[in-house]
Amino acid sequence: MATEAVGLKNLEQQGLRTLYPGKTKISVGMATCGRAAGAEAVYRLFQEEIAGRNLDIALNATGCLGFCQQEPLVLVQSPGGPRFVYGRVDQKLVLQVLEGLVNGNLPDDSLLIRVYEDDVLVTGEKIILTEHPAEASMLAQIPFYGSQVKVATRNCGYIDPASIAEYAARGGYRALQQALRLKPDQIIAEVAGSGLRGRGGGGFPTGEKWAFTRKAHGQTKYVICNADEGDPGAYMDRSILEGDPHSVLEGMVIGGYAVGARTGIIYVRAEYPLAVTTIQEAIRQAEQHGFLGANILDSGFDFHIKVVKGQGAFVCGEETALISAIEGRMGDPRPRPPFPAEQGLWGKPTCVNNVETWVNVPPIVMLGSQWFTAMGTASSKGTKVFSLVGDIQNNGLVEVPMGTTLRRIVYEIGGGTGYFDLKAVQTGGPSGGCIPAEIIDIPVDYEALARVGTIMGSGGMVVMDERTCMVDVARFFLGFTNDESCGKCLPCREGTRQMLDILNRVCAGEAEMQDLTLLEQLAGAVRDTSLCGLGQTAPSPVLSTLKYFRDEYEAHIRDHFCPAGVCPDLFQLTIDPEACQGCTRCAKVCPQGAISGAKGEKFSLDQGKCTRCRACIGVCRHWAVKVVPREVQP
Amino acid sequence: MYMTINGTSVPIRGETTVLEVAKREGIWIPTLCHHPGLAPYGACRLCTVEVTAGGKPGLTASCTLPVMDGLVVLTDSPRVLEVRKMLVQLLLAGAPEAPAVRELAGRLGVNKALFPLVAAGDQFPGCILCGLCVRVCENIGVGAIGFAFRGSSRKVTPPFGKPAAACAGCQACANVCPTGAVKFRRSEGRLLGEPWQADLMMANCASCGQPTVPEPLVEYANRKAGSPVGEHLCPSCRRHKAAEGMV
Repeated sequence: MATEAVGLKNLEQQGLRTLYPGKTKISVGMATCGRAAGAEAVYRLFQEEIAGRNLDIALNATGCLGFCQQEPLVLVQSPGGPRFVYGRVDQKLVLQVLEGLVNGNLPDDSLLIRVYEDDVLVTGEKIILTEHPAEASMLAQIPFYGSQVKVATRNCGYIDPASIAEYAARGGYRALQQALRLKPDQIIAEVAGSGLRGRGGGGFPTGEKWAFTRKAHGQTKYVICNADEGDPGAYMDRSILEGDPHSVLEGMVIGGYAVGARTGIIYVRAEYPLAVTTIQEAIRQAEQHGFLGANILDSGFDFHIKVVKGQGAFVCGEETALISAIEGRMGDPRPRPPFPAEQGLWGKPTCVNNVETWVNVPPIVMLGSQWFTAMGTASSKGTKVFSLVGDIQNNGLVEVPMGTTLRRIVYEIGGGTGYFDLKAVQTGGPSGGCIPAEIIDIPVDYEALARVGTIMGSGGMVVMDERTCMVDVARFFLGFTNDESCGKCLPCREGTRQMLDILNRVCAGEAEMQDLTLLEQLAGAVRDTSLCGLGQTAPSPVLSTLKYFRDEYEAHIRDHFCPAGVCPDLFQLTIDPEACQGCTRCAKVCPQGAISGAKGEKFSLDQGKCTRCRACIGVCRHWAVKVVPREVQP
Repeated sequence: MYMTINGTSVPIRGETTVLEVAKREGIWIPTLCHHPGLAPYGACRLCTVEVTAGGKPGLTASCTLPVMDGLVVLTDSPRVLEVRKMLVQLLLAGAPEAPAVRELAGRLGVNKALFPLVAAGDQFPGCILCGLCVRVCENIGVGAIGFAFRGSSRKVTPPFGKPAAACAGCQACANVCPTGAVKFRRSEGRLLGEPWQADLMMANCASCGQPTVPEPLVEYANRKAGSPVGEHLCPSCRRHKAAEGMV
């Protein structure tokens, strides 16, 4: 057996010893999302209590399990038993868990799931933690995980991101070992055959991009990992970088070998400090173990990866602007062609792929393109990670096979919108469109989404309930793109400014009907003439809401009425005496004391005091608080 | 190699972009950020044309559209004319007084402004951010000015908004500016580049003592030539000297 193989085997053994130690192990989800919810305090308390009580328990940090709604998440695993996954862990629960471990009776409160076995995706192995009924497979116990298929996020929340050994124990770097025995063209053929398409938003076939880069003339070539994730409400790439950094590195080394590059660059936002330090540590470990650097795994192939921190411009997620920024110039896009695959970084052939695209590469190399094509639709293969946010019960990072319907994501995984009905789903961040509730039976598929006026994008999915004003939503996203436009080309710089101006007037009730025609024409011109993807897609929120929610625009203009009750000057609230049950909830929550009435009687609202904060709408369980046009027009 | 413009097949004779071919053929395509001496930039988008076959169909800027055998484009389709009008409307909101913009509006049949004027902000009046001044300055090898900020706040400025220390006073920026927004003026033996706050001492003719060109420009010329280009003379004195030498 070659020495490199022995090295990887040893690393795997070492990783298995910490993944499944012969004693109780507690893992705390410590990605940015977990920390924001208080995971650091939970971790510290475990640390103190374990030491104080002199318990023989292993404690470590892991990445994001995806269930943001339930953060901080804690995993508790004792030898021979299932792994208990707890959500919303607080001080009290920490103590309960530790006491439960001592007296052999773990609490049921806040218990999300019991995990009986672990699937190791890239090797196909199953690690049985304990015998269990067949239907109790790990993720099928709660709907949030039931429909998910974890490929890109296969290790997030399982391993300690700071441990290369645990990555190896999950089959990590085996694909690299295998790839280095293949010819570059064989790898490209496999990736092309898998049908993998760019997960950053464009959806360009990855294999084709690699083939272009490989064929391009020149000795020096580069691969770049685009981790400049900037869509509002989207954090797929951050979670992967924080939870499973080595999968990104492994994908990039394989890609570098396939296209003929010796240098890789990870362009990551500086606003992701934890992702930056995690990936830097991973690079150091990968170099130390011979998966990166000179003569990787004794193959004679050299590959180095550098991290470049982005300085906070959304447009730098556009590949030509990103390249410009790496070169130390202003992050302005330039026209394509020439494409980066021909002339990219420093004028050399460059293959730019997004984080999620790179992490799909190792399993494709290990399991073959047919495994990948078995998931998805005719034109969209594999899985896609979405950050499911907004008016939804189960906020979180979800990974589903392509072809899954939006309905299934929203209702089954997301648990629906709750008390208020679904109004629209916005996919693809500020570049995407809003799909009305009536058509959410469409599948997650690049072409299907495009047909209804939105895009796959990088995976942002914002769910909006009936309390949302679609004009206001369009204005929000336009405000974002207007702020983030680099200003190089006229239509994007001035066009988004003028569109925003019109939307501001609509929301203020100051627009005329002909403004809608102008808005539509302008949006079309900006879409068709802008230089880069930012400007070309910036009008999507406007065009899609004009298409599906035009009546709402018209109500703002014609009736000076915002039917959703969002635009402050265009509605007032009233309590419907027919519906009011006199429960007092609205009066209790009103910060102005504008609602009065006696318990059990009909309540009434004083327009003079009401500031239209809508708190009463949120608490009324009888739909008694109504949004109505203002009696006195402003 | 041949391509088709507005239904007519035309040969490609060494041109690299569709705009160049159209210009040679005498087909008018409006431009503001284009200059034949500088690399294509694709910022004003006025040169938008419609590709109908032989390439990716749809609208695209012709200044950055590479020529291809069999490419079929329309420079005056209804869609092209419509978006050009819209682009001019956007220009009119920012630089309504600029003669180049007004002329373009007239030629494209735009006679009523649709958008409210935008506040000029920090940008100097008349600038449409075509970037010609920045690019020509960089191309000459001076690089005294650049872009700062982004989106609607974008502007052309010397580094850190301070007076342009590197400006050599060649005035190429004023020369290429399509709207006449970049202005230089002379005042008491000095050259003032207004938008760049450049204040340059003029060199004086060694013979008649009259101001000639800015001092940094003389240095620039000497540097380019590798050695001093001899006695510094104004054009008139140089002519006289040359004439004397012939006698």
